[in-house]
Amino acid sequence: MIIYILCFVLFLVGLYGVVSKRNLIKIIIGIAIMEYSINLFLIMIGYIEGGTAPIITKGFENAKFVDPLPQAMILTSIVIGLATTALLLAVAIRLYQKYGTFDINKIKDLKG
Amino acid sequence: MKGMTIIVKKISQIICPVIFMFGLYIIVHGHLTPGGGFAGGVIMAGAFILQILANGNILPKLRKEEEGLEFLESSAILGFLILAGLGLLLSGGVVFFANFMEKGVLGNLISAGFIPLENIVVGAEVCAAIATIFIALVVYKDEVKK
Amino acid sequence: MNSLIPLFVIIPLGCAFLMAMLGRFIKNINKFITPIFMLFLVYLSLSFIFKSQGSLIYKVGGFEPVNGVPIAIYMVMDGLTKLILLVISLVGFLAIFYSLSYTKQYTAERKFYVLFSLMIAGMNGIVISGDIFNIFVFLEIAAISSYALVAFGVEKHQLEASFKYQVLGGIASLIILLTIALIYWNTGTLNIADISRQLTVNSQAGTNVFLKFISILLIAGFGLKAAIFPFHSWLPDAHSSAPSPISAMLSGVLIKAIGIYVIIRLFFNMFPLSYEISMTITVLGTISMIIGGLLAIGQWDIKRMLAYSSISQIGYIVLGLGIGMLVLVTGGNKAVAALSITGGLFHLLNHSIFKSLLFLSAGAVEYRTGTRDMRKMGGLSEVLPITSRTSLIGSLAISGIPPFNGFFSKLIIIIAAIQAQYYVLAFLAVLVSVITIAYFMKLQKYTFYNNDGSKWIEKKIKEVPFSMTFSMILLSILCLIMSLLIIPEVRTIFLQPAVDVLINSAYYTTKIIGI
Repeated sequence: MIIYILCFVLFLVGLYGVVSKRNLIKIIIGIAIMEYSINLFLIMIGYIEGGTAPIITKGFENAKFVDPLPQAMILTSIVIGLATTALLLAVAIRLYQKYGTFDINKIKDLKG
Repeated sequence: MKGMTIIVKKISQIICPVIFMFGLYIIVHGHLTPGGGFAGGVIMAGAFILQILANGNILPKLRKEEEGLEFLESSAILGFLILAGLGLLLSGGVVFFANFMEKGVLGNLISAGFIPLENIVVGAEVCAAIATIFIALVVYKDEVKK
Repeated sequence: MNSLIPLFVIIPLGCAFLMAMLGRFIKNINKFITPIFMLFLVYLSLSFIFKSQGSLIYKVGGFEPVNGVPIAIYMVMDGLTKLILLVISLVGFLAIFYSLSYTKQYTAERKFYVLFSLMIAGMNGIVISGDIFNIFVFLEIAAISSYALVAFGVEKHQLEASFKYQVLGGIASLIILLTIALIYWNTGTLNIADISRQLTVNSQAGTNVFLKFISILLIAGFGLKAAIFPFHSWLPDAHSSAPSPISAMLSGVLIKAIGIYVIIRLFFNMFPLSYEISMTITVLGTISMIIGGLLAIGQWDIKRMLAYSSISQIGYIVLGLGIGMLVLVTGGNKAVAALSITGGLFHLLNHSIFKSLLFLSAGAVEYRTGTRDMRKMGGLSEVLPITSRTSLIGSLAISGIPPFNGFFSKLIIIIAAIQAQYYVLAFLAVLVSVITIAYFMKLQKYTFYNNDGSKWIEKKIKEVPFSMTFSMILLSILCLIMSLLIIPEVRTIFLQPAVDVLINSAYYTTKIIGI
């Protein structure tokens, strides 16, 4: 059980980074950490004691496999994370071009 | 971004084809071993990225390359959709993503119907996409410096 | 009919990449393809509404259930789905027709259409998918393309708004993914119908505390996407900075398809209804209705005011649906719950029409004057006659003046609240309606009247081009036509199937699993 809670702690570490850091790049890193913690959580859900990779090969037709569905989900979420991170970085670079800084205290023309 | 020293350039020239071939291997064996389109595509893109890092960027050339990669990317996705749509057509307009080819023998390289084909298309798409993203970021960085 | 369901995703996705490929070689091809396929989607969704009955199910890949456990990816087409699909394609078509002239100011014009098609594909995918993980995937497709579209002008403010939107939207997506992981951990399935069965049949799968935890996480995740209070802070920035057709899409359709739709689908059809969660949803809806209205009054930026008003109107929708939920869970009269849900869905439909109309009108004003500040406008009704009329119609509709559609949907929600004996909520709904009139009067006065238009006549400002006026006029006619939905015969075709799906929450599960 403790291992799942550690995953959640990692999620909170990422959230802390997003909330408290003032640098655009650090915020992006925080989001990436959150994402990885969830990927880790998903892969642990799919684990079965003593299971092998879920691929049917000759001689292993009836072996004990781990759950393949979370793995497919992680692959998808990694691809999505790649797209999100790339877009965030692109916008961050453009922001740097416009404002000359990565500090979000100085980038606040809009007031939400 | 300037290129690195002659040692790095030479070694990356030797290593890049190997990395590229390894990526191809992983894509082609996607239905038999762990890995597949995405993993192999990322490795292939790694070969491109290594070249750019070692040799530095020549912006006009990179822009041209980016255009070509964009074209490859969208055509690969279209290829994926067409393969899936072919299933729809060949199954009498009922099943999208129908596996319409021979399943073959388990464990052979040519087996599992159209899954290897889909893997190849996905590999091309992922490779092109990641290389495009990298090149775009490099080009941005140069624009920002000016 | 069943095999046509995936077309809602295939067509926009295919067209998007076809345009990305061909757009470089053939000039302006994107401008032809996008409106045509959007028109086709309108036709397709209308034909589904009129020709098909009940729920249709499509299994991708053709995998049949094994031992009663569904293994294929399911696509479900029921009353609610058809309604939202119609809204998406209708508003999408008009917005893209409007952008034909609007996008001339951008350098990378063709990419606009590619991203727009991707957004449509994502939203259609969310609505037709019957599987919680696919909802996440399509949600990300829609969200990522909307992030890019918000930043499309690459000006300072747009980039900043987009970054804020991306960070909050990213957190929301990750919370949603965490919830999906938790649900999979406990039930071992991703199909919405199957999860629902596991939660009701298998009592140990969902202990009460666990269900509450998941529900709260889901409300946080999708509430962030739907900009319900207290998660609304990104909306005014993102929706006011985006290009106007995109603001219309974001406010009119996107927050409903990726926020409200998923919330009502999951809480009515997947989870067993619970009093606490229904109460939470209703209270959040009420608060965002009030806060959005109050904040909108003080705005001087025309699009920002509309964005705050979106928060307020989303509150109305959530309020209507929440009252329906509360009545259902406390075992009240089912007819009252049906009335309330009808009001909520009707308002959802109406809001997408008049809010997109208002955003398009605001965009037309910005397109000609180059400013969004109401203090610098005034007297525009003389130089922009059509825009000022359509904007007036939109304002009347949103503030609930008969005979426009907004009046009827607000009336239904208020009547339902009184019949369900939530007098405070009914009073607040009336109060916010008055506030709405107040700030739209301010908008009309400062933008279109107040001064004579001599300042603008000197600058030789003309009415906006045809494609922009066409969309606005069509939307303002729709504002009138939508009030016909109050007639019971029309309502049975459009709204009643959607309400039935939500009222009989077990019906969804039994239909899909087939027991």
